[in-house]
Amino acid sequence: MLQFILKRLGLAILVAFTVSFISFSLLFLSGDPAAALAGETASGEDVEALRRLYGFDRPMLVQYGDWLFSALQGDFGESYYFRLPVASLIADRLSVTMILGVCGITFALLTAVPLGVVAAIRPNSIIDRIALFISVAGQAMPSFWFGLILIVVFAIQLGWLPPSGTATWRHFILPTIVLGYYAMPAIMRLTRAGMLDVLSSDYIRTARAKGANETRVMFRHALRNAIIPVVSLAAVQMGFMLGGSIVVESIFALHGAGYLAWESIARNDLPTVQALILIFSMFYIVFTFLADVLNAWLDPRMRTS
Amino acid sequence: MKSTVLKSTVAGLILAAAASTASADKANDTLRVAFTKELENVDSYFNSSREGVVLQRAVWDGLIYRDPVTNEYQGNLATEWTWIDDTTIELKLREGVKFHDGSDFTADDVVFTVNYVADEANGVKTQRNVNWMKSAEKVDDYTVRIMLKEKFPAAIEFLSGPVSMYPSDYYAEAGPEGMGLKPVGTGPYKVTEVIPGQQFKLEAYEGYHDSPKGKPSIKNIDIRTIPDVNTQMAELFSGSLDMIWQVPSDQAEKLGQRDEFQVSNESTMRVGYLTMDAAGRSEDSPFTDIRVRKAVNYAINRQELVDALLKGKSKVVNTPCFPSQFGCDESAAVAYEYDPEKAKALLAEAGYEDGLSVDFYAYRDREYAEAITSYLNAVGIDTNFKMLQYSALREQNMKGETPISFQTWGSYSINDASAMVSQFFKHGSLDYAMDDETRDYLTKADSSTDPEVRKENYSKAIERITEQAYWAPMFSYNTNYVMTNEVNYTPTADEVLRFTTMEWK
Repeated sequence: MLQFILKRLGLAILVAFTVSFISFSLLFLSGDPAAALAGETASGEDVEALRRLYGFDRPMLVQYGDWLFSALQGDFGESYYFRLPVASLIADRLSVTMILGVCGITFALLTAVPLGVVAAIRPNSIIDRIALFISVAGQAMPSFWFGLILIVVFAIQLGWLPPSGTATWRHFILPTIVLGYYAMPAIMRLTRAGMLDVLSSDYIRTARAKGANETRVMFRHALRNAIIPVVSLAAVQMGFMLGGSIVVESIFALHGAGYLAWESIARNDLPTVQALILIFSMFYIVFTFLADVLNAWLDPRMRTS
Repeated sequence: MKSTVLKSTVAGLILAAAASTASADKANDTLRVAFTKELENVDSYFNSSREGVVLQRAVWDGLIYRDPVTNEYQGNLATEWTWIDDTTIELKLREGVKFHDGSDFTADDVVFTVNYVADEANGVKTQRNVNWMKSAEKVDDYTVRIMLKEKFPAAIEFLSGPVSMYPSDYYAEAGPEGMGLKPVGTGPYKVTEVIPGQQFKLEAYEGYHDSPKGKPSIKNIDIRTIPDVNTQMAELFSGSLDMIWQVPSDQAEKLGQRDEFQVSNESTMRVGYLTMDAAGRSEDSPFTDIRVRKAVNYAINRQELVDALLKGKSKVVNTPCFPSQFGCDESAAVAYEYDPEKAKALLAEAGYEDGLSVDFYAYRDREYAEAITSYLNAVGIDTNFKMLQYSALREQNMKGETPISFQTWGSYSINDASAMVSQFFKHGSLDYAMDDETRDYLTKADSSTDPEVRKENYSKAIERITEQAYWAPMFSYNTNYVMTNEVNYTPTADEVLRFTTMEWK
């Protein structure tokens, strides 16, 4: 197990470096950072002066090395746009995104897994149909649309919940539903498929034959095996939520890290974008790594492969 | 495109669903407003956005004040000012003014502020707002002199606009970063809370001096950044916002039909225009031929664009500046009426009987830019439409790689033609005309202190530019302000929200 973990860890670190380097270099293709910094009124000389001041005239590899060295010490530089340290800026925004991501994935798992199990126990029943409908709708509906519909119903018509902001926990209910609903269909379909597959397998028949009660068969034998791919998927979804909740954050005016990333790209705020990409890819990598370890724990066969 | 359709459907739904729940937070004497963009820094010298100007006018004061309606200059922190010579202004300061932190406003503050912002090394974001000043010196506690680098007749306009006075001791210590987080000024409102980019809370400053801005009537202003305009509307409907601005015209129209809201439309100084590469800086520019440039001018039905897309108080513009600006003489401009046949004839004459094809660039207002290209297509100018981020396009503009592009310019609300026409026709990196004659007129106009000489030369420059059709000026922009019925506010034509003139009904 330890060897497995170490191997995965090494791979994860390698991926992190690669991602950070690729994203670092891609940013240089997206327009001249010096021109963006200088703003509308700058003359050509102003832009050149800024280019030298910020070191954009140095070779890219040198710039990358410099940046990585400071980043490893927790110093991501100063945001060009806000003129505040990137680290504190991101820490501020990340908490919102984390709360949203954890709530979103919890909501998705708590609704999708039971629905998937029930749908698998009674395939083609009315419950299965309803579950299918929910998942198709969730997959087909863009989240900005769904978000605004929820605002219209719950904030404007019924007046139960606030439309946007982060002031109280009630502000997080609607965005959680929107973000979770987006991840739900895949988790549910995968649970259902996994359960159907497992339920028709020999060892379930054996378990039933030896007289285990149905609850024990379902949760102890079937779900534990069926859930393995779901764990991987949920981990990936979680990484996706932390980095990709841009639309939800924008609609509900949440000012999280996803929205910050999106805006920073438009503002050519390189230090912020670079730090965020690194952090997002780290999330992704950490969650995938955790999923691997969790899977290995759930299924001993995986440890050897 | 699909998402735009969906979004406007949602907007429709919001409107249809809304019961009259709107109720202002009048009881708490708090006016709640939304910003769309995240403001980078409250320190007005270190941001370059409209939102920043709004806060600047609320939190700080300038030495001089320009009445936004009459355009008359009045004293604010200075009570009188005189030109000692062409490059020196002497100002008498108002006595008894206190900053929000309790310190006295004196000549030292003016000297410090001017010397700080004029020093290029301190990196003020919009250099042109300050780089005409060389330094300032104290004559006595309430008299200062501001020295200019060279003749700069628009100095008074700038002193009543972007140049506001900061407390010397506090700013020396806090710097732009500290000032951005805990702003201190002399203005009608003091800042009680800043969450960078997200929220700003203001409170009326009780010790506000007898300024031409007037004393604030509403006690608290609560500003939240809400990026999505549909969400802003939802907040307005659920009664948690009292005012939104910069509302797209189609939505403002619908909101205006409801009893609980009032919509005000006002013009802004922003002008949309096409710039064409007459100087031949890009490869094979067809626009080096004046007939092609004129054809572009004739090809576009600007009135139709204004009526169908921009609406409100937008107008067709014929000048390379905003008509209210000093020196922006509309009568000097050659106006090109919509005449597609004439455009085709001119193209044929220039040797493009079978039409031509160009890369057409734009960075904002995609629907306007696309509508413009369809007019060009109709007369045989095939456009390869390229929508870029602002900074990416600006970079290409500077390198001289864009044969034709749709641009806009807001002049930073400076009511002087130099803020627009002189920006683009004095052989800078964004000049695609490179015309010596135009430059010479502008140099004369920009550096004379005699208003008549200035007017005459701006007129000549405008005549030359339009007669040569270096640009195709399009239209002025407008903005919509939507308020609940409990708020009383008359917006001004410079797109600056003035909290001091807002009141409850």
